[in-house]
Amino acid sequence: MEPSIFAFIRKYSWKQQLLILALTFLSFPPLYYSLELPKIIINRALGDPDGPWMLFGYDLERTTYLFGLCGLFLLLVLIGGGLKYVLNVYAGIVAERMLRRLRYQLYEHVLRFPLPHFRKVSQGELVQMINAETEALGGFVGDAFAVPAFQGGTLLTILTFMFMQDPILGVAAIALYPLQIWLIPRLQRQVNELAKRRVRQVRRNAERISETCATIREIHAHGTARYELARFSEQLGAVFWIRFAIYKKKFLIKFLNNFLAQLGPFFFFSIGGWLVIHGDITLGALVAVVGAHKDLSSPWKELLTYYQTLYDVRIKYEQTVAQFAPPGLEPAELLTGEPSREPSFTGTSLRLTGVTLLDDGGEPVLDGVELQLDLPCRVALIGPAGGGREELTLVLAGLLVPDSGRVLIDGLVLHELPEPLLGRKIAYIGSQPALIAGTIEDNLLYGLKQRPRRLVEPTGADRARRARDRHEALASGNSVDPLDADWVDWEAAGVRDPAERLPAMLAALAVARLSDDVYTFGLRGPLPADRPELAGRVLEARRSMRARLAGDERLARLVEPFDPERYNSNATLAENLLFGMPVGNVFDLEHLASHPYVRSILEETDLVDELQRVGYRLAQTMVELFADLPADHEYYRQFSFIAPEDLPEFKAILGKATIERLNRLSAAERDRLLDLPFKLVVARHRLGLIDEALQQRLLEARKRFRARLPAGLLGAVAFFDPDHVNPAASVQENILFGKIAHGQAHAATRVAVLLAEVIDAHGLRDAVIEVGLRTECGIGGARLSLAQRQKLAIAREVLRRPELVLLHEPTLALDAADQPLVRDALLEAFRDRSIVWSLQDQEWASRFERVIVLERGRVVAQGSFAQISGPQLEPVDAPG
Amino acid sequence: MSLQRDVDALRAIPLFAKVEPSRLKLLAFTSEHLDFEPGEILCRQGEPGDAAFILLEGTADVFVDTPRGRVKVATLGKNDIVGEIAILCDVPRTATVVAATRLHTLKIGKDGFFNLVTQFPEVGVEIMHELAARLHHTTQRLTNVSLRLAELEASKA
Repeated sequence: MEPSIFAFIRKYSWKQQLLILALTFLSFPPLYYSLELPKIIINRALGDPDGPWMLFGYDLERTTYLFGLCGLFLLLVLIGGGLKYVLNVYAGIVAERMLRRLRYQLYEHVLRFPLPHFRKVSQGELVQMINAETEALGGFVGDAFAVPAFQGGTLLTILTFMFMQDPILGVAAIALYPLQIWLIPRLQRQVNELAKRRVRQVRRNAERISETCATIREIHAHGTARYELARFSEQLGAVFWIRFAIYKKKFLIKFLNNFLAQLGPFFFFSIGGWLVIHGDITLGALVAVVGAHKDLSSPWKELLTYYQTLYDVRIKYEQTVAQFAPPGLEPAELLTGEPSREPSFTGTSLRLTGVTLLDDGGEPVLDGVELQLDLPCRVALIGPAGGGREELTLVLAGLLVPDSGRVLIDGLVLHELPEPLLGRKIAYIGSQPALIAGTIEDNLLYGLKQRPRRLVEPTGADRARRARDRHEALASGNSVDPLDADWVDWEAAGVRDPAERLPAMLAALAVARLSDDVYTFGLRGPLPADRPELAGRVLEARRSMRARLAGDERLARLVEPFDPERYNSNATLAENLLFGMPVGNVFDLEHLASHPYVRSILEETDLVDELQRVGYRLAQTMVELFADLPADHEYYRQFSFIAPEDLPEFKAILGKATIERLNRLSAAERDRLLDLPFKLVVARHRLGLIDEALQQRLLEARKRFRARLPAGLLGAVAFFDPDHVNPAASVQENILFGKIAHGQAHAATRVAVLLAEVIDAHGLRDAVIEVGLRTECGIGGARLSLAQRQKLAIAREVLRRPELVLLHEPTLALDAADQPLVRDALLEAFRDRSIVWSLQDQEWASRFERVIVLERGRVVAQGSFAQISGPQLEPVDAPG
Repeated sequence: MSLQRDVDALRAIPLFAKVEPSRLKLLAFTSEHLDFEPGEILCRQGEPGDAAFILLEGTADVFVDTPRGRVKVATLGKNDIVGEIAILCDVPRTATVVAATRLHTLKIGKDGFFNLVTQFPEVGVEIMHELAARLHHTTQRLTNVSLRLAELEASKA
C-alpha cells in the first residue's frame, strides 16, 4: 500500500482532484460578483439619480436597470450555489470511492496475513480499524486539495484587499498569525496524541466486547459476570479520563483562537484610531478593513482546522497501513492468481528439505525436517502432541510458510503456488473446523468456489444495475467478480449437471456419517416451495402413516391426528381454533384473542363470556398453585399460565368479582382473563376446563374462522388440510399430520421410528436430507454441535475430491463409535489420492502404508507400521 | 377434575398422606400422566432412576434379577407407588417393573419432588416423619428377626 495518504490520494484520484480544483476556481467569479453587485445596486441604481444606467451595453430605464441587476444577482447566487452543490456531491463521491478502495485494500491485506499473525491481532481491533477509523480518512480525501485552494484563495483575496486599503493595517491583521501557526498546532498535537490513545482504548473496548461474546458460556459457567463488569467499567473509565483531558486542551485551543482573533480589532482600533486621528488614513478605510477582517476569520479558521486534520490523518493513515502490513504478508498475486504450470499430484513427489518453523518465541516447532513422499501416498503422522504433527500438516497444506527450507511439489515450491490452485488440489481438515454463516449446503459447496464458473446473464433492469455496479467497483479498484454467478466447480465434485447434484452430496454426507443429522434437520425443516412434486409424495406418506396408525391400536394412541371435525386434545386451544400454522406475524398463537378478527369470531359464536369464565377458573388455579412460590422459581416458566409479575394483578381481578359477575370487571380486565386459556392443552393440563360442550363450540368457531377469513388475511394462515400439504409446517408435521400424544410412554421415540419406516417405504429419505441441507448453520456454525461441524468439515472436503488431503485429528469430536467408521470411509473415499493424517491413536496407524514419527519437531522414525511398532521404537506418549 | 383425582391418588400414598392438599395439587400439576402398554418397562433394575410412578389404573409386576434368574416378587395395583426410593436417594433401581396390563400412571419426577421439599420445608418434615416411622417399623422387624435367629442358633447348639 502507498506509504502516505497523499501518495494514496495522488495515485488513485489525481484526475478527480484536478476536477475538484477546477470546480473550486470556477466558483470564485460568481461569488466575487455576487459580492460586487450589491455595491453597484446601491451606488448606481439607488444612489445615482442621473444615470446613465448601462447594463451589458444597453442603456436602460432606471427601474428596468434595478430589476435587471437584481435578476443578475439572483442568477449569480443560483450559479454559485449550483456549482457548490455539484462540487460537494462530486467531492463526496471521490471520498467514498477512496474509502471503498481503502477498506477493500485493508480487507485484502487481512486475507493475506500469515496465519500466525492472527494470534497477535484481535478481531475487534481489525473491525474497528477497517470500519470506523477509515471513515475520517475517506472524508479527508474529498477535502485534500479543495479546502486549501478554496479557503486559501478567499483568505488571499481579502488580505490583498486589506493591504490595498493600508499596508500597516494589513500587517496588523496578520501580525498574530505566526504565533498562531506556531502555538496552535503544538497544542493540537497533544490533543491528537490523546485522541489516538482514545482510539486505541476504544479498540480495546471492541476487543473486550467481542471476547465477551466468544466466551459467554465460560462467563456464565464461572459466574464471573461481576469481574467482567468491573473490567469493562475500568476500560470505560480510561476512555473517560482521556476524553476529560481532551476537552480541557481542546477548549483551551478554542479560547486562544478566539482571543487572538479578537486581538485584531484591538489593533485596528488602537493603531488604526491613532492613524485616523493623525489623518494618515480615512475613517471609511478603517471601517472597510474592520469589516474585511471579520470575513477573514472564517477561512483562516478553516485553514487551521485543515492543517490539524491533515496532521492527524497523515499519522492515522501511516499507522493503519503499518498495522496491515505485517512481515510475511502473502504476495497479492498468490491470493487469486493461477500458476503458469500446474504441478501434478500423482506419479511425482512431495519433498521437504530442511523445513524449519519457529514459534513466536523463536523456538523451532519443526526442526530441519527432511522428507520425501511419493504420491499418491497414505501416511500416518504420529508422535506426542506438540511434537510438530499439526504444524507439519499445515506446512504441507501450504497454510504455514516455513521459516527456512522448502517444500517442493512436482519440482515447484509449494508456497509460491497461488492459493486457488492449492485450494483445488489440497484439502486440510483440522480439529477445530470453522463454518460460514449459511446453510449446510452452502458449507458443503464452499470448497468449490475458487472463481465464478457460470455467469448469469442479467436481463432488463438488472443489466443496467450490473453495468453500474461494475463501473463503480472498477472506479474504486474493487473486485468485479459477479457474486450472483455460479461459483461452484461442479466438475471437480464429479457432477455433470448442477440440477443432479444430490447424489454426490449424499455420498459426501455418508462418508462423514452426517446423513442422519441432516435427515433429522430435514424432518424439522419446512417443505420446500420450489419442489412441487415432493408435495404429492409427502401426501402419500401422510396417508400410509394414517393407515399404519389406524391399523394398530397401540400406535393409534401415540398420535392424535388433525381432524377438521374434531377437537385435538393434545393441541393448545389456540391451535385448535386456528387449525393451521400462522404465516408471518399477523396471528400470534401466544396472544390470539387480541387479534380483532379472532375477537369478532369469538363474539359471533358467543364464546367470549365462556372463555373469560375459563380464564377466571384458570387464574384461580394458578393463584392457588403458585401463590407461595418465589417469583424467580423455574416452575413459572415451565408450568404457569401467568408470569410471576402478573400474579398480583390476577389476584386483584379474582378479588373484584365472582365468576357469576364478571361484568363487574373492566373491559381490559376481562380481556386479560380471555387471553389466558389459549395455551391450554386438554390432555396435558388435566384441569377439566374445556369440556365436550365447549370443544364443540370451539369447533364451530374454527369453521367460521376459516369460512369468513377476509381476503387480506388469507396469506396469514396455512390451514391444516388432510388432502393438501401445509407449506408452513415442517416435513415431519406434514407426514405425521397430528400431535404426538401426551402421556404415552416413549411416544417421541416410537413415533420417530414409525416416521422413519414410512419415509423409507416411500423413498423419501433423500428428499428429507435435501430439505435438511437447507438448514441454516448459524454464525460460525453455532447452531450445529461440535461433532456436526466436524463432520460437515469432513464432508466438505470429500465432496470436492482434492488430490492431497491433510488431516489433523479431524474426528476427535465425534462419537467414539463413529470415529473408526469415518476413518475407514475417508480412506476408501480417497483411495487413489494422497492422505497425510496426523493421529493421536497409534493403533490407527496400522491402516496406513507409511508411518512417520515426529518428536520435538524432528522425524525420529519412519517406515511401515510393522517396522515402526518394532521393539526399537520408544513408546509414544499420549495415545488414545 | 382429573387433577383432583391425581391429588386423591397422591393422598392415598402414606408418604404423602399428611402433606397439605394445596402442595399436593402443585405436585400433581407439575407431574405428568404416562401410559404403558402391557409388557412395557417402567424401570429397569440397576439403571439410575429419576422418577416414581403412582399406579392409577392397571397392574404392574415387580421382578428382581437374582443369580438364579429373574424372580417375580410382587404385583402392584391401583394407588400403589413404585420407585420412590430413587427420588429420595441416588441409588440404582432395585427391581424391574413391567406393566402387566395397560397401565395408567402418574409420574413424579425427582426434580418436581425436590422442588416441593425445598420450597415447602413442612412437606419435608412430613415425609421425614413417614420415613422415620418406616425405619422404626423395619428396625423392629429386624430386631424380631435377630432374636428369632439367636433362638434358632441357640436351639441348634
